[in-house]
Amino acid sequence: MDTSQYLEMFIEESKEHLQACNEHLLELEKNPEDIAIVNEVFRSAHTLKGMSATMGYEDIANLTHKMENVLDEIRNNRLHVTADLLDVVFTAVDQLEEMVLDIAAGGNGKLDVAETVQKLHAIETGEEAPVAATTIEESVAVDSSNLQNWLNYDDYELTVIQQSLEQDYHTYEISVKLREDCLLKAARVYMVFELLEKMGDVIKSSPSVEKLEEEDFDEVFYIALVTNEPKDDVQKKLMKVSEVTEVVVHAVTLEQLKTRQQDELSKAEEVEQVAAETPEQTIETTEVKSEKKEKSSATKGNASTSSKTIRVNIERLDVLMNLFEELVIDRGRLQSISEDLRNAELDETVERMSRITGDLQNIILNMRMVPVETVFNRFPRMVRQLARDLNKKINLEVIGAETELDRTVIDEIGDPLVHLIRNSLDHGIESPEVRKSKGKPEEGTVVLRAYHSGNHVFIEIEDDGAGINREKVLKKAISRGIVSEEVALTLTDKQVAELILSSGFSTADVISDVSGRGVGLDVVKTTIESLGGTIEISSTEGKGSLFSIQLPLTLSIISVMLVELGEEIYAIPLSSIIETAIIRSSDILNAHNQKVIDFRGKVVPLVFLEDVFDVPRESTKDEFHSVVLVRKGDKLAGLVVDSFIGQQEVVLKSLGAYLTSVFAISGATILGNGKVALIVDCNALII
Amino acid sequence: MTEAVDVPNLKVVVFQLADKEYVIPVTHVQGIEKLTHITRVPKTPSYVKGVINLRGVVTPIIDLRNRLGLGESNLNEASRIIIITLEEMNVGVIVDSANDVLDIPTDSIEPQPEVVGGFEEDYIAGVAKLDSRLLILLHMHLVLNPIKSGV
Repeated sequence: MDTSQYLEMFIEESKEHLQACNEHLLELEKNPEDIAIVNEVFRSAHTLKGMSATMGYEDIANLTHKMENVLDEIRNNRLHVTADLLDVVFTAVDQLEEMVLDIAAGGNGKLDVAETVQKLHAIETGEEAPVAATTIEESVAVDSSNLQNWLNYDDYELTVIQQSLEQDYHTYEISVKLREDCLLKAARVYMVFELLEKMGDVIKSSPSVEKLEEEDFDEVFYIALVTNEPKDDVQKKLMKVSEVTEVVVHAVTLEQLKTRQQDELSKAEEVEQVAAETPEQTIETTEVKSEKKEKSSATKGNASTSSKTIRVNIERLDVLMNLFEELVIDRGRLQSISEDLRNAELDETVERMSRITGDLQNIILNMRMVPVETVFNRFPRMVRQLARDLNKKINLEVIGAETELDRTVIDEIGDPLVHLIRNSLDHGIESPEVRKSKGKPEEGTVVLRAYHSGNHVFIEIEDDGAGINREKVLKKAISRGIVSEEVALTLTDKQVAELILSSGFSTADVISDVSGRGVGLDVVKTTIESLGGTIEISSTEGKGSLFSIQLPLTLSIISVMLVELGEEIYAIPLSSIIETAIIRSSDILNAHNQKVIDFRGKVVPLVFLEDVFDVPRESTKDEFHSVVLVRKGDKLAGLVVDSFIGQQEVVLKSLGAYLTSVFAISGATILGNGKVALIVDCNALII
Repeated sequence: MTEAVDVPNLKVVVFQLADKEYVIPVTHVQGIEKLTHITRVPKTPSYVKGVINLRGVVTPIIDLRNRLGLGESNLNEASRIIIITLEEMNVGVIVDSANDVLDIPTDSIEPQPEVVGGFEEDYIAGVAKLDSRLLILLHMHLVLNPIKSGV
């Protein structure tokens, strides 16, 4: 079978499933008793196994198969989650990832996984406890067989049944038998489930839903249903599904449940006793189990909601975006034509069109929006690993992972964030001993936070570590020639903190392989600025540091203020404008060879754009000056222009590969009249 | 059948610059445009005339005369912008006129004679003699070396 056409899909989906595995395994580490999470991991591993076997990648299939076996043991309570076990599973996931990446890079996905496979196998079979647990389970099954016990419930399901019984709902166990020669078993199963879900909630099925969908059962399957319909109705309705030959419904009573639960409890206790004899295993008590019930129910609820999506190649979206940009330019042109013509009908049509293209713009931009989750989700693993390497205890909190950003920004922001987090872990958080001696909790906290504010997205990395040592930073900066001693004295704490972003700076006394050699943080700054964003640091010594990154929502369409300078038109991004003002020549003051104005009690330096841009023309002496007040961080500047034209949405275009880094110009745009206007980079003008 | 085609030919665009004829391989030429409005880009070398809107793509324009140290172009009706594509990079060059496409046999191209010359010589990859015409082949990679200004 030629599978090459599915290769891309295979790679994408494998990556998703591996990511899901990673996330759920981390979650599992925190809640080792939560079987729902194990199920999630199992499902991902299972899908991966199926896909890779189909595609002929045997190593992946083999490894996932072993992993699945271990997970299955956990799922059936025969194995317990320990850090050592998770380590092996994590290694397996890592190797799977490696193989998938190899396939994506054109390789054959081969890797020597024998060792991991063996370890997994050892876990699966090596322990004594599983054997004992199995026998207990069997005995339970025998005990309750006289109650026609078709289904085994876990704690969560039992709670659901109990609660529904208390609320006067009935719980039925139903056995459905299909005709032996039934061809489309999955379709019949689907019909049965659809019917049942109209009447109530299916809480359990045996075999599992996946197996039923794969037609992996004989003629009979069992379902537990919570409903308020009478028993006979349920039975009659089910019989109407074609090819169903026999339906048996019987009610589950509270008493039955209670006996079963007691069995469960005794089983758990026994398991505990068995476990106590095998010291390698860590086991949490049944009390903990019941506490976790609520949590597991929440996870289940999340897992079942999924929306319908299709996969679209990002290139197609880029093409759509480009076409739309053309449309925006023509929209601008139409608007200026209709303003000149002053024809009511034309005005109305253009107005309508503007509104529709506005909506279209929102939709297209939204389509390109990706939750930062796609970047954030690789961090928990990274932090876990780093914390182990550094012998530190670190808890990573991720807040606002659902915040959305333009795809282009997402692609670029990953590496800077990795740098910053590594920096926080390595230089920020102290070792547990130091933390203890300072009266802080041993476990350091790093908070990764993302949120929207206005037209920007903020991403913050906050740690409760040592903070930035002013003296140390200054000493280093002076010795490296980044600042002079005189200047150093005048710097605020914030300015000092931001010195660590300068190139050639590294304050770690010992260079570790975790955070680089002082080449990292200035790269972070450059990357963020190239994305049109800014980075700020605030830090309190001994308390921790906060790195705050401000990023534009989108890179392709921005709002600008068009201004005139002689014959030329320039665009100033609205995002950096605070306000505009018209001032008299007499308002301009001189301070240290710098023209300034007093603006609402603040001294604001003036930048004459015609001088900065060498605008060719005779100098004009005007009584009034138009000033655009722009902001970079907490610094202000007044850009003096000839006149304001107005506000417009424009499409940001690059100047091309030939003209890279032109001073104070961040790009260009095409105006309604087809001419090119340059976009002013305010950050370069504010010193 | 008048002549046997033994040697491979190089298809070139011929353009005039300061009364001399220059050629660029057609594979590098994306198109020839008439002069349109050029937006000046401040703080760039004097041979960078600015940028134009080439069907939605912002394209930088350089004055080839100035680039080769032959003085400033005087723009007129005959002036053309040749859009050159080099490794994903599009640049327009202003030439006095462009009106011919020729096939020149590759064996007629001789390397630049070792004469101590001006600034311009640095950019010449070779010279082709065709009948009585002298065609200068430019080293486009050197002419269009990306610039970084304001750094």
